[in-house]
Parts: sequence; structure tokens; C-alpha cells
Amino acid sequence: MVTTDRPENVGGLTRKDFVTDQEVRWCPGCGDYSILAQTQRVMPELGIPRENIVFISGIGCSSRLPYYMNTYGFHSIHGRAPTIASGLKASRPELSVWVVTGDGDAFSIGGNHILHVLRRNVDLQIILHNNEIYGLTKGQYSPTSEFGKRTKSSPYGTIDRPLHPLSVAIGAEATFVARAIDIDAHQLAATLDRAARHRGASFVEVYQNCNIFNDGAFAEFAAKEVRADRTILLEHGKPMIFGKEQNKGLRLNGMTFEVVTIGENGVTEADIMVHDETREDPSVAFLLSRMEGPAFPVPVGVIRAVQRPTYDQLMQQQLDEIARAEGPGDLRELFTEGDTWTVE
Amino acid sequence: MTTLTKSSEQPEGREVTELDRVTIRFVGDSGDGMQLAGTQFTKTSAVLGNDISTFPDIPAEIRAPQGSLPGVSGFQVSFSSHDIFTPGDAPDVLVAMNPAALKTNIGDLPRGGILIVNEDEFSETNLKKAAYKDNPLTDGSLSAYRLYKVPITSLTQRALKDTGLTPVQIDRCKNMFALGLTYWMYSRPLDTTIRWVQEKFGKNKAVADANVMAVKAGHAFGETTEMFASHYIVPKAKLKPGLYRNITGNEATALGFITASKLAGRPLFYGSYPITPASDVLHELARLKKFGVRTFQAEDEIAAIGATIGASFGGSLALTGTSGPGLALKSEAIGLAVMVELPLVIMDVQRAGPSTGMPTKTEQADLLQALYGRNGESPVAVVAPATPSDCFNIAIEAFRIAVKYRTPVIFLSDGYLGMGSEPWLVPNVDDLAPIDPDFASDAATFKPYARDPQTGAPPWAIPGTPGLEHRIGGLEKADITGNVSYDPNNHDRMVHLRAEKIERIVQDVPDVEVMGEPGGPLLVLGWGSTYGAITTAVMRAQAQGKKVTSAHLRHLNPLPKNLGEVLRRYDRVLMPEVNLGQLRLIVRGKYLVDAIGLNKVAGRPFTIADIENKITELLG
Ligand code: SF4
Repeated sequence: MVTTDRPENVGGLTRKDFVTDQEVRWCPGCGDYSILAQTQRVMPELGIPRENIVFISGIGCSSRLPYYMNTYGFHSIHGRAPTIASGLKASRPELSVWVVTGDGDAFSIGGNHILHVLRRNVDLQIILHNNEIYGLTKGQYSPTSEFGKRTKSSPYGTIDRPLHPLSVAIGAEATFVARAIDIDAHQLAATLDRAARHRGASFVEVYQNCNIFNDGAFAEFAAKEVRADRTILLEHGKPMIFGKEQNKGLRLNGMTFEVVTIGENGVTEADIMVHDETREDPSVAFLLSRMEGPAFPVPVGVIRAVQRPTYDQLMQQQLDEIARAEGPGDLRELFTEGDTWTVE
Repeated sequence: MTTLTKSSEQPEGREVTELDRVTIRFVGDSGDGMQLAGTQFTKTSAVLGNDISTFPDIPAEIRAPQGSLPGVSGFQVSFSSHDIFTPGDAPDVLVAMNPAALKTNIGDLPRGGILIVNEDEFSETNLKKAAYKDNPLTDGSLSAYRLYKVPITSLTQRALKDTGLTPVQIDRCKNMFALGLTYWMYSRPLDTTIRWVQEKFGKNKAVADANVMAVKAGHAFGETTEMFASHYIVPKAKLKPGLYRNITGNEATALGFITASKLAGRPLFYGSYPITPASDVLHELARLKKFGVRTFQAEDEIAAIGATIGASFGGSLALTGTSGPGLALKSEAIGLAVMVELPLVIMDVQRAGPSTGMPTKTEQADLLQALYGRNGESPVAVVAPATPSDCFNIAIEAFRIAVKYRTPVIFLSDGYLGMGSEPWLVPNVDDLAPIDPDFASDAATFKPYARDPQTGAPPWAIPGTPGLEHRIGGLEKADITGNVSYDPNNHDRMVHLRAEKIERIVQDVPDVEVMGEPGGPLLVLGWGSTYGAITTAVMRAQAQGKKVTSAHLRHLNPLPKNLGEVLRRYDRVLMPEVNLGQLRLIVRGKYLVDAIGLNKVAGRPFTIADIENKITELLG
């Protein structure tokens, strides 16, 4: 059995081995295509036999993804994929279990489960396709839609404030928090790969364009022409520098970040904060999770990756310890616990 | 006290009377240790060889004010020299530790019943807390009972004054004094309780000794005081030979599920959210991890069943448990399990509803929810144990069906069964048939929705099996291939296939048996926890020469295949249910039998008398 200590053995599998014969049924141009393609691309590199990989989803456009992955798959019910994945992983820790979810699925109907799967640190990969809209039900606002958004169900604008998925994840004790953009294939693949290799619950938010109901939601910073200036790729151990010229950076000023330009006002590279994804204290990660344009670049990459024992591992460990200390359970002994008496 | 068979003079001049059945109810404040006194009395009587049946009455509030009416806790135990099936309709003896306990329970004591009260607690303040205007011990209102006023508190204090314990610690021993007194009254030995005390408080010798002293003091009080004119013996019952222990329904349920896991050679997974009165099963399974049980205390009822479905997908024997409101929350996920055809057992320890209802009180009103409470055509198997120890058998049966037919099975217990106890003839593990998970493994022939010709069940193909990678889900699937399908004819076929699969379970359901004549003027048909009251009532009526028969259902979906034929052999069918007639609706609809209902929904089980009276009314 292959464990999460993944050998770098490709096993002769290629991307194509992870493609099913099912016709992909997302709207042409949907960001989900890219996420599917990068997921399929990353799989062979993990060296996990196909039969040990399981994709579990809830309900929504993104949740159709398991049908297109030639692994074990489970398209479940709205919001509940983390629960099914938790039960599977807790009982079969040797499997590589992935949760595919959307902003409505994970943070509206399934909000409770997201909190608990993260705090328990079940060793899963949770991929959030965040398109800031309800696509499958044809265009209502979601819990990540911007304040005031006009949609079919909010023709006069929404009056509820959106939440920041990564901030919620950090608040819920997530051990791995990252962000990617659907159209940045290379960085997306790298992030998925990192998520797969993390022991514990890996939470990845992918900004996914819904070109039918919320087209261009991320274009402001994700479009190729502006991406370098309006996003920042966080890399562990490297200063937080961004921009086409690689001359802008993030400096910590008291309890907030500020954008500075290297070479201006005496700022040198030494003033720029170095990214430490392993920092136990979540404060900096939290600041990064709330960072938004246009005043700030939008962070992408791995924001937080800390090591903590996983739920499935602890459960197994506890069972092993009990078995060692108490010996295997004996039914006869169990049946006759306490006072017994014999009737002749 | 049902029969008085003989009396004799004892050397010290007091009468010993032999009885065949006695029911005692211990009642007091939640802090008075009444559950403990009751369970000790039960153990002692069981070890002595009586048949026993018990039921606790636990207050809904965890910490109601001391001495208040909502804070009253009780435990009823019935012990007998013959088979008994219920904890007794009404107590013969009521032991009341304070005015509130007296007030809430005296209504159940028949005239002439023995009433032992802790006289010391009838102070003005306590009387006020129980809303008594006058002291019932002196105003003559208890003249219909054989009242014994015993200063239990002060006698306990006196007996333990040299132990060096604090007044509070001494006060906690007064339940032991009361227990000792009842041991004397019913000629019970003290050794079972003394042994238990020493084990329980072994580390704290002073407390252990004090408890032993208190139980001995209570016993000595009965023996030496002139207060009691006679005491009693209840001879051993003639039970089936074998090794016995006392067991509650919830314990038997947990043991049954663990046994099923052993029989299947697959680990048990229990996903659950705490809820009264099902939490005992969670506690029991969490304690028994050495059997490889994985307990998952989920964030809510939905997560509990979700995790369970995940574990079932992975090949565990997957169980989720709850009570009525939780079953409502699990509905959508049960529908998913129906659709993906995975083995799953859902335990519902029913309580009084609707909504939060009365969590500590029993009811049978979740039957229709279990059968039909989901969207779409969503059939599941439903089974129900009849007695506390039967929970063991039915728990195994639930998994047998779930695994063989790849289906959710709802196990309908209730608060009365779960908390009630009776002696259990310990089964021989080797006599139990194995459960074959029969996982799919052959990639060449594997089709996710190909069905077994005999059972109609699809294969159980678990992750980790090479070549069997496939996708399941809540969307309708094409027959055989399991691909998503919106084809109208396919949907119609799948709806029928799923229904037919559940109907086929009938081939494994034993025919319903009757107790009494194979036909006649009246059949009393029951299910679940009404078994004890129905059986006793029908036996009594039969002993009086009445032409009445009973039958009991453990399988509620599908129903036994001979049921319709059995029902038609009787002129009338009476169906007692602790609901407004839920199974009766099914029986009338399915068999066109005009069954008569006996429906009492008071949060309590039927008394034997309830059913006897109805039989008399119908048969004259
Ligand atoms: S509705 Fe939007 S999210 Fe859904 S498939 Fe179409 S483009 Fe993608």
C-alpha cells in the first residue's frame, strides 16, 4: 500500500491515465477546465497508484470534476464533501483523498464542515473553485460575491458582506493555506503539487472565472498584462517582492503591511519582509489572506504550511496504542463484563 | 406483589411471605443516588436468580435545583420468580427520599402499596419546594398506603459519625442505607453490593467503608426495628440455563454492532453527534476501541452520517446513530446512501417529539419518518428490537441486511429499550453466522451497477482495488454502467430496481409467529418496545380463558411475507403503538385489514393494564 510518504515513482502513469471517457460538460471557456487539466497533470507526478486516489465533491459546477478524473470518485450532496472525505480518510488513511468544492458549497451550505475538517487537520486536499457566484443555479450571489453585487437574486445589489475564504481557513486552524489563479497554469500546478505533498488538511483557493455569470471577476489583477504588478507570488524564504520590474515589495509597518518601492525613499531589499510559510503564529498569514487590490497586490502561492499531527494519523495511533496496551478485543470477555451468574 | 403463596413464622416472630413478583421504585433528588441504588438492587436480584426488568426515570434537567419537582430522579426494578417482560406497571413499593419525589410519584402507587419515606427530609423548606401546603406525613393524606416513616438521613449520620468523613460525604451514603433496608425487606444478600463498593471506591478506603457501613446499617435497621411486621422472599426464576448478565438496550446495541464488525471481519466506524437518549452508544463504542472501533464525534448530525457514508465507501461497517431530530437532519444523506447503494446502518433511539419534544421520554413516532422521510422514491430497510437484550440480535441483523443488500438500514430502538435493562443469556460467539462483505475485485467483469441476480444488490467496490476506479454520486445513474443519466426510461427502471431490491430482503425475513391460537377473534400486533406489555397482557388474558393471540414484528420494511395471511385469520386486529397509529396506517394500506389502534403518546411505555383493558373491552 502506498502511504502519504509518496515515492517519486511515476509508475509509468501519464496525464492521459487520469482522463475518463465522460464528456466534460462545463461551459466553453470556464475556468474549471484549467483546474481539471492541471489536476490531471499533477497526478502522475505524485507517484500514487490510481486506485488509491479518491476525488470527492459536493454540488455545483466545480463538483462535477470527479466524473472526469479516472480515479475513484464520489459526487455527493451540497456542502457535505468534507464530511464524506473525513470518514473515508479516517478509516482508510493510506488513500489520497481530494475534496473539490465551490464558494457556495464550501462556505454557504457547507460552512460548518469546512471549519471542522480544517481544525481536525484531516490529511485531505481541499480545492476551492472560487468564482464568486452561483453558476449551476444560474447566477445568484454567493458568500464570496462583492458587497453590492447585482445578480438575478440581488437586482438592487447585495447587502451582505463577503467572507475571505483564506482568512476563514486560517481562523479554523488550517495547517496549509494557498491560493492560485485558474489561468496561471504553471503556478496552479505547482500549488496543487504542494498541497498534495502536505501532511494535513491543505486548503487551496483557486480564483476561477465563470465566464457566463461572473465574467472577469478576477481580471483586474489576474489578467496576464497586469498580473505581475497586481499579484504577488509568495515563496518561502524569499522577500515579498513583486512587479514587472521586481522592484516593489511588502514591508511590515506596525500591525499592517505597506507597499514600498525598492530604491525609493531609502528602501532596500533588506526592508522587505521575508516570507515564512512555516511561522506557527498565524498573524502574518492572516494579514496576507485579507490583502486586496488595488492598494495591494493579491497574494498567490503558499501562504501557510505548518506541521501538526493529522486526524487520521492520530486516530490510527490511538487504536494502535490501545491494541498494544489492552490486547485485541475478545467478544466473550466483552459479553461477560461485570456481574454474571449462571442458571443451571 | 402479584401472588402471595405462603407465610411462615420466623424464629424472631416475624412473618416471611413468599411472593412471585415485586416492583420497587426508588425516587429522590438527582443528587440522591437513586440510579445507583436501583442498579445495585437489580444486580443483586439478578445474581440471586430472579428474572428482572428495569427502567430508569431521569430528569430532563441536568442540574435542577435540589429538592425541586423537576429534579426528581427515579429507578424502577421488577424482580420475579417467573419470566417477566416489563419493569412492572405500578410499583408495589415506593422509596421516596424527599417531598418532591413523593409528590411526583405517589400517584403511581396503588392503594395498599408500601411507602417508605425519608422522614428527615420533610422539613418546611423542602415541603415548600415541592409545593406541599401541609406535611403529607402528618395530614392523613397517605392513609391509603402502608406508610413507613424512616429517618434515613439521621440514621445514616449516626451510623457513620465515627468515619471521619465530612457531613456532605456522609449524606451521600443515605441511598445505601435505603438500599440496605430494601435488601432486608426482600431477603437479599449484601455481598454483590459490598463487592461493587469495594471495587468502585477501592482507592478511597474511607468512602468505601462508609458505603458498606451504610448498607449494613440499613439492613440492620430492618432487622432490629419493630416497624416492619414481615419481610419477603421472591424465589429464583426458572430461566433458560446458561450464563447471564444484566444489560441495557443501549449496551446490547453497542455490543451487537461490535459483534457484527467481528462477524464481517471489517472495522466498525461510528459517526455520531451527541444526543439523548442515543449518546450511551457513543460512550460505549468509544470505550471499546480495542475492538478496532473508530468513533467520529462529528460537528453535527449531517457530518456524522456524511463521515459514515465515506467510511462505508472505504469498506468499513459504517454506523451512525441519533434520535428523532437527528434522523430528520440526516434525511438528505440517507437519500444519498440509497442512491449510491452503500451499506449503512442508521440507529435511531426514538424519543418523544416533534421537535425537541421530551428528550428523556420514550415514543415510537419516528416510524413513518424512517420509512418515508426523504425526497423521491427512497426505500430503506427498517428493523426494530423488541426488548433491551434483543437490541443485540437486531443490531447484527441490521448489518447483515445492509451488507448483503448494499442499502441503508434504519435500526429503530427507543428510550424505553435503550435505558431499560433485563438479564441477557450470553450468546456463544461461534454460533453466530459470519457476514460476508464480498468486495468486488475482478476488473475484467466489474460494472458499478450490475446487480446480483438473487439480491438485486450492486457490487461493493472499495478504493484501493486496482482496475475498479469508478465514480458514484447522487445524480441518477445509468443501469449497469453507473454513468450519469437523465434518460427517463432509465430513471424509471432504476427507481423500480431500488425498490425491488428492498422488497427482496423479505427472503431473509423470518415468518411472523403467533403466541396463541393460529386464528380467532383477536390478534394483538405490536412492534418494538411494546413487546413486553403486549406479551404479558395477552398471557394474562389467555390464562383467564380469553381467545386472544399476539404477534410481534421486528422487520418493519420489508414486512414478513406471511403477515397478510396471518392477519386475515383473525376477526379483529388490535395494534398498540406509542404513536397515533403509524404502523397501523401501513398495515391497513398494504393488507386492507381494518386494524384497531390503541394509541397512547404520553412519553411512557404502555402498562400491561392498558392493553389488558383494551382486550377486555374488545372481547368482553
Ligand atoms: S456556469 Fe460558470 S462556473 Fe459553471 S460551468 Fe459555466 S462558466 Fe463554469
